Amino acid sequence: MVSAVFHSPLDASLDGNDSPQRAPARSTVAAPARPPRTPVDWREFWRRVLPPLIGFALLIAVWGAATQNSTTFPTPAKVFDAAAKLFADPFYRNGPNDQGIGWNVLNSLERVGLGFGLAALVGIPLGFVIGRFAFMHRMASPLISLLKPVSPLAWLPIGLLVFKSANPAAIWTIFICSIWPMLINTAVGVQRVPQDYLNVARVLALSEWKIATRILLPSVMPYLLTGVRLSVGTAWLVIVAAEMLTGGVGIGFWVWDEWNNLNVAHIIIAIFVIGFVGLLLEWLLTSLAKRFEYA
Amino acid sequence: MARHDKPMLSIAGVGMTFPTKRGPFVALRDVSLDMQRGEFVALIGHSGCGKSTLLNLVAGLTTPTAGHLLLDDRELKGPGPDRGVVFQNHSLLPWLSCLDNVLLAVERVFGATESKEQLRQRAMATLELVGMSHALAKRPHEISGGMKQRVGIARALAMQPKMLLMDEPFGALDALTRAKLQDELMKIVATTGATVMMVTHDVDEAVLLSDRIVMMTNGPAATIGEVLRVDLPRPRNRVELAEDSRYVHYRKEVIDFLYTRHQHVEKVA
Repeated sequence: MVSAVFHSPLDASLDGNDSPQRAPARSTVAAPARPPRTPVDWREFWRRVLPPLIGFALLIAVWGAATQNSTTFPTPAKVFDAAAKLFADPFYRNGPNDQGIGWNVLNSLERVGLGFGLAALVGIPLGFVIGRFAFMHRMASPLISLLKPVSPLAWLPIGLLVFKSANPAAIWTIFICSIWPMLINTAVGVQRVPQDYLNVARVLALSEWKIATRILLPSVMPYLLTGVRLSVGTAWLVIVAAEMLTGGVGIGFWVWDEWNNLNVAHIIIAIFVIGFVGLLLEWLLTSLAKRFEYA
Repeated sequence: MARHDKPMLSIAGVGMTFPTKRGPFVALRDVSLDMQRGEFVALIGHSGCGKSTLLNLVAGLTTPTAGHLLLDDRELKGPGPDRGVVFQNHSLLPWLSCLDNVLLAVERVFGATESKEQLRQRAMATLELVGMSHALAKRPHEISGGMKQRVGIARALAMQPKMLLMDEPFGALDALTRAKLQDELMKIVATTGATVMMVTHDVDEAVLLSDRIVMMTNGPAATIGEVLRVDLPRPRNRVELAEDSRYVHYRKEVIDFLYTRHQHVEKVA
């Protein structure tokens, strides 16, 4: 989308021009011709920035009012102090069970990356096959329908049984839970490739490889990336639960550890960190998806 | 235009029945038509008369339930690059540039025998033929509807097909763009000697472009009603033809068929 918006006004002005006229037109485009700087629209700026700020302020105000006289639940100020201390040294190491929050987050991200990466490696090609061939679709769809709604934690014992170790079991759980959105979205995308494009493929008698790379893949890309986005979201949801059960270094384990220490301020910090990282992952993939939009 | 050698395309007793939930639907019955090399044939009829169905049969996108289609004495089985198809909605791939859209077709046909550079030259030459050299690198959404259809024509022509099959290629364009593209199509056909089958519902387009106009009866169970031979000298000029008595006569013939003799067939049947 971004590129489309960038290109169309420039190229529209070139329409119908002959090539000799085109060269100078191009060069003025290529030169860093600074567009007249539009004055900053402050009213629009506040209209966008103010509401979210008010939202956060309200949350903190309600939280502060509710915890004013509480002895167990920390106030916003206490959590802020704890956070300042925590983020001052996020990468310390005092033995396997006491490491900085940075290490915890990175360890969780590594597990998510591994589990999700494997899921993508298996799920996307499988989605293509299921979407392309009706037989495979009929064969796989009851299995998918059956396995998809299973809670992540139900898969964990299977992983522990097979891998006999906590870390691979957590990765396995991520894998099995994040494979479905990618697989299903890819398959749906393949099935929804416009008939026009498939007719083109048939009329040109393209090989199955050319069909896959030139027609299916670009056409499916938006669906696929939606699947990837959902999968990463799921993976990040699942990791906290999985790590609570398996232990080791990771944000989920950290939450559980702090609960055992009755350090509620740290749990609240963890919640914000988990939310923030999730947001970051989502944003990353959304901006990636935008590169594949063509109108 | 009358030629006496063997027909290039031979449609013999072709019928097409689609299975539907309410039982079989007969779209076409007993269609027989021969086309000579270099001939321009327009299929005209009211919507739903099966003219696109017939074109799809020739394209090989569907298989007839009765009869045979022969192209150069070989039975048509499925689509192939010997028949270039121009779709009504252009059907260019939006993620490829104009050049790459054409290259896709060129690579398929000549990829095994020619170098990358030769393929490129071939694609560019065809785009030049349709007057689109200025937009090689543009994506389809960056060019106008008329330009898209030019690229669509280039894609079909670039394969050097035996036949060009056009399914209402200018139907979605405004009248002025359509006229311009019709004129250019006439030029292209004159230079390449292409054999063209074109589906249209535009009487003027049919008379202006065709050597023969195949008029189809209304569906269901549509078939060829009449075939009109258009004996107008080429090159044809739309402005001069507008007052030509033969042109007016041919036009009247088609209109007569469409609106007098075959308007209410559905209700009668």
